Amino acid sequence: MSGLRSFVARRLILGVAQTVAVVLLVFALTEALPGDAAVALAGDQPDPARIAAIREAMHLDRPVHERLADWATGLLHGDFGTSLASGRPVGQYIADGFGPTLLLAALTVALLVPIGFGLGVLAARHEGGFVDRLVSSVTLAVYAVPEFALGVLLVTVFALKLGWLPPTAVGYGTDLLAHPAALVLPVLVLLSRPVCSLVRLVRAGMVDALASPYVAHARRYGVADARVRYLHALPGAVAPAAQQLARTIDWLLCGVIVVEALYVIPGLGTVLLNAVAERDVPVVQGLAVVFGVLTVVLNLGADVVARRFAPRAGVAA
Amino acid sequence: MYDERFSGLRRRGFLTATTGAAALALVGCGGTENTADQSGGDGTPRRGGRLRAAFAGGGASETLDPHLANLFADVARAKALFDKLADYGADLSAQPRLATKWEPNKALDRWQVTLREATFHDGKPVTAKDVLYSYRRIADPEKAFRAKASLEPIDLDASRATGERSIEFVLKRPTAEFPNVLAAFGAYIVPENAGENASDFDQKPIGSGPFRFVSFSPGRSAVFRRHDAYWEGAPHLDELEFVVANEESARVNALLGGQVEYAHELNPTTARAHEGKGQIEIVRLRGSAMQAFCMKTDRAPFDDKRVREAFFLIADRQELVDGALSGAGVVGNDLFGKGYEYYAADLPQREQDLDRAKALLKQAGAEKLKVTLDTSAVAAGFTEAAGIFRDQAAKAGVTIDVRMGSKDSYWADILDGGTLACYRSGAMPIEAHISQRLLTDSTTNATHWKHKDFDALYQQAQSTRDKTERAAVYERMQRRLYAEGGFLIWGFADWILGTARKVKGVETKAPANTLDWARFDKVWLA
Repeated sequence: MSGLRSFVARRLILGVAQTVAVVLLVFALTEALPGDAAVALAGDQPDPARIAAIREAMHLDRPVHERLADWATGLLHGDFGTSLASGRPVGQYIADGFGPTLLLAALTVALLVPIGFGLGVLAARHEGGFVDRLVSSVTLAVYAVPEFALGVLLVTVFALKLGWLPPTAVGYGTDLLAHPAALVLPVLVLLSRPVCSLVRLVRAGMVDALASPYVAHARRYGVADARVRYLHALPGAVAPAAQQLARTIDWLLCGVIVVEALYVIPGLGTVLLNAVAERDVPVVQGLAVVFGVLTVVLNLGADVVARRFAPRAGVAA
Repeated sequence: MYDERFSGLRRRGFLTATTGAAALALVGCGGTENTADQSGGDGTPRRGGRLRAAFAGGGASETLDPHLANLFADVARAKALFDKLADYGADLSAQPRLATKWEPNKALDRWQVTLREATFHDGKPVTAKDVLYSYRRIADPEKAFRAKASLEPIDLDASRATGERSIEFVLKRPTAEFPNVLAAFGAYIVPENAGENASDFDQKPIGSGPFRFVSFSPGRSAVFRRHDAYWEGAPHLDELEFVVANEESARVNALLGGQVEYAHELNPTTARAHEGKGQIEIVRLRGSAMQAFCMKTDRAPFDDKRVREAFFLIADRQELVDGALSGAGVVGNDLFGKGYEYYAADLPQREQDLDRAKALLKQAGAEKLKVTLDTSAVAAGFTEAAGIFRDQAAKAGVTIDVRMGSKDSYWADILDGGTLACYRSGAMPIEAHISQRLLTDSTTNATHWKHKDFDALYQQAQSTRDKTERAAVYERMQRRLYAEGGFLIWGFADWILGTARKVKGVETKAPANTLDWARFDKVWLA
């Protein structure tokens, strides 16, 4: 187990370095964008005197390195800084946006794991048969539909034509749990693509594992079929699936912009989109830190799981 | 001033007048405007209910500070909670609001403004002190409130309260259109000392508007309740909720699905899909957005007025309106403010004339001309308009190279950069268009139109007391712009709203930015 511990330590250090790199990169890219918060705020009234005044009020006239240093110092004290556009603390932006996004992500993952693994195992059991071909072609077809198109299609059919579900979550704010019906369509859209890739990964892993010498060996010993499938073959298929799952959760948490915009869910994606449009650098930076940390932690978790279930697969990580 | 121009024409009289015009238009157009008949008259207003209105918003950084209003959603919320001294009628002339009357001295540089009896939501009266406080807050040199430039003619240090409800405004120079200043975008009246803490307006904003504050969460929802003591009569609605949905399809879906009763800013294609189908009402606010190409008159090739005229003649305006605005608009005549007060409507409509354009270019020595046209996805129809105009120009031998700019800094980029750019403007009085964009010292002079004699004409108009004479001066200025100005104004876009069928009393003749646009105190749920 000490090998695993040093592996985790190495990955953690790497993760911190990655997060710092992400933050610096985001800072540099935001600086490189044409215009700044003052220009964005001035909009179609770009009176130069007014832009200069806004810039001064926002302290944007100070040199880049000073602003970066100030912000980094604040971060070490757990202070994300204040938004340029509203003067409200960035921490509050992130806290407000996190709830809806986390809720959507949790619901999606809760459905994704059983459906993904279930269908994958099912397809592998019937390799080459009708069930396998049905599952494979349906998942491939759904995967090919862009999220936006699928979202519009689902709204048109289930909300506007049939009237079963509300078309958006507009006006519900962060209190989405009180309106569960509004969550159905967004979760379906979020689920659509990850479920397809997960099914295919699990199926491929299972097919490989079922054909492997150790499964054949277990069968020769007369171990029950179900036991072979779930205790001997499945763990081998888990490793790549866990890594895929981590990437999916990461994608879900980092704000699924299309779904949030289409269904008016005020999550992190919406916050990010607005902040970029307004050149609200502190908010963009705060989100970059959060996203960076999330990505690092989730991938670390996935690698540990992969190492645990299939030690040979971990060598590459 | 008010009494002289609109004697006896009170607010309700004004509404009736426009409704009459709408009815005439209805007969004339053979019933194409199926919403016009419901603008003011049909049925008796019914009290009660909550109306939910969806707007595109500013996300989590939204604020209820009315002086920071920048987006349509900000203005709609601000006008529900607050009042201005005056506001714009459908023809963009100033209509009295909190001010009942305004009277200038002979020289037009001192104005006596009398306030009506009105109260704030906390029961305190609206006084001259509140007005002066509000204007001083906007004009604060440390801040950058949008209305600051509009209030610039007022010498606030010299202006004073002459009574509880009367103010003497001292101006830096004669200003015949001073009421436009009172109606300026964002010039809302707040109680004295409001907004000294940054969070005041977001936690408990107090105004004198038709609705009082209930709750607000930035970027999501703002709920307001009827202000029973509103000076113009309490609104019909019990409650008004603003919700934010930036995606147009989300606003339409929410409206179709019954989640909101009012959706602001719809696409022409959406409007066509639902117009007359009976599910929702489509309201087209005519003349809301000027659409233009902006030529820099101080640099080649547009420093030659023959080239500018050639470009005026290259444009096939109907094709631009049909292509770039999906037909939702009317053609322009290279002058701002079609249908507004003082608009020079007598000038002949410009038509495409490629032969004359080629001849003019030849005279100017600008054959085989190559120009870069700046555009960006910053406004609907911009990139389409650029593509269409490129093809039209090619027929006159002009090569246009379309350059896509950044959406977020577009307006600042084209102010001094480039030579030719896509341009648009919301509704404002013609006087404001001139003073903000066409004088030598204008802050946003995108055509770099700088002519001393033109400035002098503007000053002359501002010191002319008689309205007819003033109109004549405005007409001279517009003739000059029509002949050799830098704005190729090819169209005026409709502003399109959708409402649920039970929503009544939505004014259809109010360009976006005017008093009756997004005016929820006159709306009711049938």
